[in-house]
Amino acid sequence: MAYVLAAVGGALGALARWGVDAALPSPAPGWPWATLLVNLTGCLLLGVLLGAVLPRFPRHAWLRPLLATGVLGGYTTYSTFAVDVVRLVDAGAVGTAAGYVVASVVGGVLATAAGVRLGRRA
Amino acid sequence: MTVLLVVLGAALGAPLRLLAERVAVARRGRGSVLGTLTVNVAGSLVLGALLGAGDAPAGVVALVGTGFCGTLTTFSTFGADVVRLVEERVDGRACAYLAGTLVLGLGAAAAGYVAAAAV
Repeated sequence: MAYVLAAVGGALGALARWGVDAALPSPAPGWPWATLLVNLTGCLLLGVLLGAVLPRFPRHAWLRPLLATGVLGGYTTYSTFAVDVVRLVDAGAVGTAAGYVVASVVGGVLATAAGVRLGRRA
Repeated sequence: MTVLLVVLGAALGAPLRLLAERVAVARRGRGSVLGTLTVNVAGSLVLGALLGAGDAPAGVVALVGTGFCGTLTTFSTFGADVVRLVEERVDGRACAYLAGTLVLGLGAAAAGYVAAAAV
């Protein structure tokens, strides 16, 4: 059952990511705004989910595979981030690539921590 | 049509990531991040190869790239695991996981990209 929930959630998350990507086209070697936006907002939302939602509904075992693994796991992406970096380096935009790595990783970790903290307070 | 390809790829990628996470936990114990690390590196390799080729049809990019690789890999679980490891005060493991994901993930994407571009 968890696998079906993950598949459904993952499909919804991927569609949302695809939508953001279509709305914010960022052709290389420009700054990959769409991927950065989905990754940072996805990290923040997962933090809130882990801090506020999942601890309050411990009996609802379906929430985690559907929302955490599925929707937010599918909404965010590591592979697009990684290939974005490779493309930037390939295009000679090494500084942009380095800035994008730092913004994604530091931003993602801080956004998750902020989400957890906000969630626990709520 | 593109919507269906994205959905199909994602509906395969997400359960496969869940399976990898569960296998890692079963083998390495509760809280193991090896499953997420594995799918993030593998997905980066495949997406690098797909986009490095430069001439993949739009439908294949939607199915395999946006749908499958995009959903097989995750940034939010990576972020949450780093935060959890820091909260558990295993800073060394948190740093190793962060560095490992970056080095192996970016390395895999580059390897796939360069190999496909060379073919």
